[in-house]
Amino acid sequence: MRVIAAMSGGVDSAVAAARAVEAGHDVVGVHLALSANPQAYRSGARGCCTIEDSRDARRAADVIGIPFYIWDMADEFRADVVENFIAEYAAGNTPNPCLRCNEKIKFEAVLNRGIAMGFDAVVTGHYAQLRGSAESPTLHRAVDHGKDQSYVLAVLTPAQIRHSLFPLGDTPKEEIRKEAERRGLSVANKPDSHDICFIPSGDNAGWLRDRLGVAEGPIVDEEGNHLGTHQGAFTYTIGQRKGLGISQPSDDGRARYVLKIEPVSNTVVVGAHEALAVSTILGEKLRMCGPTPQGVHRGFAQVRAHGAAIPCAYEFVGDALTVVLDEPLHGLATGQAVVVYDGDRVVGSATVSATL
Amino acid sequence: MSDTARIAMVDELGKIGNASSLHGSGRRARKVVEEAREAIARAIDATPGEIVLTGSGTEANNLAIKGLYWKRVQEDPANNRIISSSIEHHAVMDPIQWLVDHEGARVTWVSVNDRAQLNVDELVDEIERDPKVALVTVMFANNEVGTLQPITRIIEVAHKYGIPVHTDAVQAFGKVPLSFENLDIDALTISGHKIGGPLGIGALIVKKDLKLTPVLHGGGQERDIRSGTLDTPAIRALGVAAQEAHDHLSDRAVRMSALRADLTARVLAEVPDSRSNGDTDTLPGIAHFTFAGAEGDALLLLLDAQGIESSTGSACSAGVPRPSHVLVAMGMSEPEARASLRFSLGFNSTSADIDALVSVIGGVVERARRAGQVSKR
Repeated sequence: MRVIAAMSGGVDSAVAAARAVEAGHDVVGVHLALSANPQAYRSGARGCCTIEDSRDARRAADVIGIPFYIWDMADEFRADVVENFIAEYAAGNTPNPCLRCNEKIKFEAVLNRGIAMGFDAVVTGHYAQLRGSAESPTLHRAVDHGKDQSYVLAVLTPAQIRHSLFPLGDTPKEEIRKEAERRGLSVANKPDSHDICFIPSGDNAGWLRDRLGVAEGPIVDEEGNHLGTHQGAFTYTIGQRKGLGISQPSDDGRARYVLKIEPVSNTVVVGAHEALAVSTILGEKLRMCGPTPQGVHRGFAQVRAHGAAIPCAYEFVGDALTVVLDEPLHGLATGQAVVVYDGDRVVGSATVSATL
Repeated sequence: MSDTARIAMVDELGKIGNASSLHGSGRRARKVVEEAREAIARAIDATPGEIVLTGSGTEANNLAIKGLYWKRVQEDPANNRIISSSIEHHAVMDPIQWLVDHEGARVTWVSVNDRAQLNVDELVDEIERDPKVALVTVMFANNEVGTLQPITRIIEVAHKYGIPVHTDAVQAFGKVPLSFENLDIDALTISGHKIGGPLGIGALIVKKDLKLTPVLHGGGQERDIRSGTLDTPAIRALGVAAQEAHDHLSDRAVRMSALRADLTARVLAEVPDSRSNGDTDTLPGIAHFTFAGAEGDALLLLLDAQGIESSTGSACSAGVPRPSHVLVAMGMSEPEARASLRFSLGFNSTSADIDALVSVIGGVVERARRAGQVSKR
């Protein structure tokens, strides 16, 4: 196959590209330039947006011996990922920009462009596995559950999955680092990226305040008692405990958590940990990775990239998902993605619209 | 690199001697350098003393622009304006912009027409409006579309007001007849790798009486204008390449023009909705096309995969392709500029190369147009 290797400049995508070459594919390395001004985003040696990253990616392509190009996806990234991130926070939701990037950039803009140019697939360094036939592969967790990234890929449609390759899913991360070293890839010891790539400081609240402005509002308890003032409800996330800025202790002396964010009244509601418990999740904007199962099924739900898989019953109806958890989880925000698994197979995902 | 230049360079790499040393090896190296200097001088119709050897064309441009600017402003602080064209290479634009940002220079970028030829009347008006000008610098021929610039007229007007003129002739040297003496220009840049010489060597041809403030300070090797140990092997090879380019100038130009005409006609016939850019008065080795609706990046990638190397303009420091400022200055829209690319012919290009290009260009443009359709830009 003719394959585009999306190369971030990190160790995973470099080894994935090398493995694709070894599998006999005709591979072209592509680094995505996601910022119109590379210095404006991340400044460290981790992540996806710096000049250093693009050089690392180029050097890895040289070592592997494949052509390498840089594709400018800055406009698409800004419109589809960054603006969306800001808008979702402004609406009181907690979006996951990595999922959004996979959905809109890596497996849509890049894949579509590649297919138009005569390529067959995109290969990435995500830790996930494809099984089944080439015509209708299914998406599964990586063998290394600690590194598993199937959660952020759960927005892919069957057609996108058919045109994807994830060669790292069968190998633990530590082995990949060793393999990179064996292959002479200088990125072998580059640290993993963790933060949101377009917020270099890691200070999400400050970054959002710069863009959405300061909007003072009340912090109240569940009874509506005024406890303090915040600088913008959008800088909070459900389940947050630190940095609430409340001076008076609670009556029982226990920690308070953000329970609710009301964007219209610009109010942050705080309360005890128990009040965060969620046992039923309602989702919308379904993205199915295969056929939609009919009726109620048993499976697992996951609500964070590296969160636990919680046993549950789930049902997809129309464009809605209902998940009833066996054990309640604490601190789930609207806007987060809930991913449903059948064993280790990804069934699909939805955006959390309400919790009970 | 041409065979003769390469052989000369390899031979020289095996010898020792610093051309600035007074001992036997030094004298031998000095002889090699001076013979090369004479060959370069013959090739460009200058005197050997006018050749200031540099480490690249970029360095020569920096020396000409900053050196002249500093000297002229020292003479009269009011002479702080630079006049240039809107289609210069970054090796000219960026030193000027640096002077604007850091040294209080003013700059006027004179526009070009849709064939990338300088609007010389605008330049005349600009000089007459305010003749306190440090220097005028306009490229001899554009590097992207090949258009030759009205240098003679520019020199005539500037000199009427006592303003020195520099031209970046990197792209033109060895391709079209160039006489430093007849032009009566003050400074002119050439580079080794564009004429079959080595990378990393260039020269600024400077009139003997022209005063320049040095950019690199040190041993003062080159007329006290440029310091740095002379790279004898590269200089010797540059001399050989310059001589060769000069000796074969007309036959190479005739051959390249014929190949270019063939390439242009066949590409235009092969690809619907395509056009060639530039002027009739142009460098022989450059063919430039716009394939409406296609993506330049995609064109480049797909041609590269077929072993055909082309160029779409420049990239920023992170390697992100940008629409060419030259094409935008010619009045193209950003999408048009992004749908354009250049093929360069060298002295060793053959008609088989043209056949190879023509056989794939249709399919490549078709795919690049599909890529253009899915892109949101």
